Amino acid sequence: MSESLHTVTTLPTARRTGCPFDPPAELLDARGHGPISRYTHPGGRPGWLITGYDLVRSVLADPRFSSRKELLNVGDFEVPPAPPGEFLLMDEPQHGRYRKPLVGKFTVRRMRLLTERIEQITADCLDAMEMAGPPVDLVTAFAKPIPTMVICEILGVPYEDRGSFQQQIDTFMGGEVSDEELIAAYTATQEYLARLVAAKRANPTDDVLSELTDSDLTDEELKGISLILLAAGFDTTANMLSLGTFALLRNPEQLAALRADPALTDRAVEELLRYLSVAKTFMRTALEDVEIGGRTIEAGTTVVLSYNTANRDPERFTDPHVLDLHRQDAAGHLAFSHGIHQCLGQQLARVEMRVAFRALVDRFPTLRLAVPAEEVVLRPESADIYGVKSLPVAWDKGES
Amino acid sequence: MTTTRLHVDRERCIGAGMCALTAPEVFDQDPDDGLVLLLHAEPPSAHRAAARMAAGVCPSGAITLHEPEPGGS
Repeated sequence: MSESLHTVTTLPTARRTGCPFDPPAELLDARGHGPISRYTHPGGRPGWLITGYDLVRSVLADPRFSSRKELLNVGDFEVPPAPPGEFLLMDEPQHGRYRKPLVGKFTVRRMRLLTERIEQITADCLDAMEMAGPPVDLVTAFAKPIPTMVICEILGVPYEDRGSFQQQIDTFMGGEVSDEELIAAYTATQEYLARLVAAKRANPTDDVLSELTDSDLTDEELKGISLILLAAGFDTTANMLSLGTFALLRNPEQLAALRADPALTDRAVEELLRYLSVAKTFMRTALEDVEIGGRTIEAGTTVVLSYNTANRDPERFTDPHVLDLHRQDAAGHLAFSHGIHQCLGQQLARVEMRVAFRALVDRFPTLRLAVPAEEVVLRPESADIYGVKSLPVAWDKGES
Repeated sequence: MTTTRLHVDRERCIGAGMCALTAPEVFDQDPDDGLVLLLHAEPPSAHRAAARMAAGVCPSGAITLHEPEPGGS
C-alpha cells in the first residue's frame, strides 16, 4: 500500500455542529486517508481503527477475529468473560449454543405475524399523543414505548407487570440517572427476569421465553438471554425511531415522498438504518496475525470497527451522505452488522420500524419540530447507541 | 452449465433471514430451526437478480451461486 499510515489517537467525542446525522469529522477524515488507521485505545493499548466498508465487512466475516469479551486488549487490566447467555461477546461454539435455539423464534415469517399486534401498540401510542399534545416528546410518547411493549410481548411479561417493568428498563437503559439508581434498576430488572423465567417454566404461556424453557438452557442462561434481548432490542429501535423521525423532519422532501407512497416504506427503513447507523462501533480481537488492507494486525490486538463511516463509504454507496429513501444500493448496509453475530432481532426491528414510521407519517401530516433543530439535544458520542435525548414535536390539531 | 444454480450450506447458516427477506420466492426459513430452506435451486430468470443479491448479503456466506460460463452452451 503506497499511502501513508494515518493515526487516530482518540475517538472523537462530538459531531460537527449542525450535522447531527453525520459521523464525526475526525472519523470521516480517517476514512479519507484510507480504510484502516493506527489507533490507541483509551486504556493505552495500540490498536487499529477500521473505517472502510469492505474492510469492516471482511473482519466481521473472518473467524480469525474474536468477539470474546475477555480477549479485549484495550488497557492494562483484566476483562472478565461474558456472563452466561450474553452470546454477543462469545465465539463458537458457545455463541451458537445460545443463538441456535433463538433463531427459529425470530424468522422473517414469524416477525411478520407480529405486524398486527405492533400496529395496535403503535396506534395506542399515537392516540395517547393526540390526547396529550401538541407539543409532545416523541421519545417518551412513541419511540421508547413501542419497542418496550413489543419486547414485553416476546418475553411474555404479564400486563399487570408492564408498567413497573417499563420503568425499570427505561431507567437502566435510556435514562440519565445516578449510579445508585442505575444499579438499583438493573438489579430489579435482573430479579424480575429471574422470577419471569421461573414462572414461564412452571406455567408456559404463548411467548418466546416460554418456548425457550423447552430447551437445555438453564434458568441463569435464560435470564442472561432475556437481558440481551432487552438490551439489544429496546434502545436500538427506540433511537432509530426518534433519530429517524428527526432526520425525516430535516429532509422534508424525503418525508413527503414517504408520506405519499406507502410502497416506499420498506426501502425507507433500510436507508434510515444505513444513514443513521445508531450502533456506531464494535470491537474484535485478532486470534493470530492477520493481513488486511495491506497491514498486519498482530495476534492479540483489538480493532475498532466503525459502522457509521462504513455505511457512509463513498466506494460502496453513491452520494453516501445524502438521505435518499429511493436509493437502490442501501441493501448490504452494516447497521445490523455482518458475520455470525449479525443482529438476531433484525427482522423484528424491521417490522417495528416499518409499522411505526408508516403510522406516524400517516397520522400527523403536519408533524414538525416544536423547537429549533439546533436545540434538539443529542446523545454524546460516548453513548453505545447514538440518538436524541428528547424530540419535541407538534402538529396542527384536529387535522387527523 | 446452462443456468444459474444455487447451493445453501445449513451448517454455515446463522438464520439471520436476509435471504428470505431479499428473495422470498427463492429462499425461506425453516419454521423450527430458522435456518435457510432453498425453494428453487435453479431460480427462474425473474428471480435471479434477487437470488444473486441474497447470496451477496448473506452474513455467513451460506449461499453459493454458480453462474453459467459466458458464451458457454
